[in-house]
Amino acid sequence: MGKILMKGNEAIGEAAIRAGCLNYFAYPITPQSEVAEYLSKRLAEVGGVFLQGESEVAVSYMLFGAAGCGERVFTTSSSPGISLMSEGISYIAAAECPAVFVNIMRGGPGLGGILPSQADYFQATKGGGHGDFKLLVMAPASVQEAVEMVMRAFPLAEKYRNPVMILGDGLIGQMMEPVEFPDHLKTAPTNKNDWATNGMATRNSKKRNLVKSLYLNPEELNTHNLKLKAKYEQMQREEVRYESFNLDGDYQVLVVSYGTMSRVCRTAIENLKNEGIEIGMIRPQTLFPFPGKAIFKGAQKKSCQAILCVEMSMGQMIEDVERSVVGIRPVQWFGKCGGEVPSPEEVMHAVVALVGLKVAA
Amino acid sequence: MQHEVQFAGFGGQGIMLIGKILAHAAMQAGSDVIWIPSYGPEMRGGTAYCTVVTSDHPIGSPIIQSPEHLVAMNRPSLEKFVPRIKSGGVVLVNSSLITITSGRKDIDEFRVPVIELANKLGNAKVANIIALGAFTARSRVVSFDTLKDAVRQEFKDKEALIPINLKALDEGRRAAKSRP
Repeated sequence: MGKILMKGNEAIGEAAIRAGCLNYFAYPITPQSEVAEYLSKRLAEVGGVFLQGESEVAVSYMLFGAAGCGERVFTTSSSPGISLMSEGISYIAAAECPAVFVNIMRGGPGLGGILPSQADYFQATKGGGHGDFKLLVMAPASVQEAVEMVMRAFPLAEKYRNPVMILGDGLIGQMMEPVEFPDHLKTAPTNKNDWATNGMATRNSKKRNLVKSLYLNPEELNTHNLKLKAKYEQMQREEVRYESFNLDGDYQVLVVSYGTMSRVCRTAIENLKNEGIEIGMIRPQTLFPFPGKAIFKGAQKKSCQAILCVEMSMGQMIEDVERSVVGIRPVQWFGKCGGEVPSPEEVMHAVVALVGLKVAA
Repeated sequence: MQHEVQFAGFGGQGIMLIGKILAHAAMQAGSDVIWIPSYGPEMRGGTAYCTVVTSDHPIGSPIIQSPEHLVAMNRPSLEKFVPRIKSGGVVLVNSSLITITSGRKDIDEFRVPVIELANKLGNAKVANIIALGAFTARSRVVSFDTLKDAVRQEFKDKEALIPINLKALDEGRRAAKSRP
């Protein structure tokens, strides 16, 4: 098999190294501190840089600085820490630097709790900071998928010269699953001579590169924003990823769910299938760009009576689902906050209640 | 075929470790596996439990309302988890610390004084490994040989500790076979 049993947090750290990223600036926060613990040892082994900043604010600017001079950079944090990085994230996006962020979500708002949640969906998908910009957001549902998304995040960030965020939750970070680090996902850093401040000698050029986000001239700033917008439109054309589950049959409800929650839903759907009740699911793997077209198509099935958005939040992704479905089917929410992950049985009850059925369990 | 084992005790009893060893053993045997921890901020005391799920199909939900089996190393853990265990499941009760019974007639409850047995072997720290051996022999979630390999792997950087841990596994197996 060649797989090793690894904790999600550690696998995420290892994935960054396998992706050729040797710069990790970070700050500890539960439930992702094991990434820093793991990388503090591993980066020394591979000649990389491990630096714990004095705060997440400082970390976000360390990332900006290193990214601006052409290095692959990486950080991990959890909800409140990501909030602290918001300003820096906006600067990084505005200055068009590649950077990879991982948010291992915990209960919020405020200091909240330390257990898993999906309550940072708005924060991640609606920009992640002030101004007009977007993050490319990916959501893994297993430790293996987290590894692959981290490895893909670096070339994606370089393709678009934009920050990329991976949205995990406390369970993805803490659980151990068998993983492997696929060789085909290893990529070399792209040539950044046309924009990065990597030294004139390195570039063998006397032309100066300037990395900045300040545009005082309103026309220039507008032009700059249009340029950024074009990137996000390109992401929407080229980077949408999602997984369909049980969409071939005549499902009565279409479930939309991501991350750990989607696995619970999958078990619920399998259990319901055994009782003769057909339910379909679409699992977004990219949250921005959102698989709106696929969800709209899924909603159009004749047998489908309703959409159920299952999230560990008070209902955030549901707004994107509603927008995608444009009112052709009713959209309901089921979820929990606080750190308790709903069980398959609870999801089953919520699904069948939508269509007035009863379950055996 | 999916198996679910809940290990529960207080911080410091080595609950996480025995869960990990079982998870490794199951992975070596070719199963898909998840190990899920749950613990409070205390390094000692408090609650510590982990769930190991193994399957020959990709595992769906990591959240298991009603686990198949339970290894209860202290009384609050037995009280908390035994009501949720599926009928017919194996429940190992650490009788060194737990005086009560599960009160259920539909499970395979067996009691092993793991701490006394560990002390007899000369090292109180292997009580959790005795429990793992006893549980595995009784439930057959993985083969005993695979479990022994997993223990050897776990202690490969501390080879001097392998013999006592293998002895502890065997002690547990003896206890499982001898008890009704």
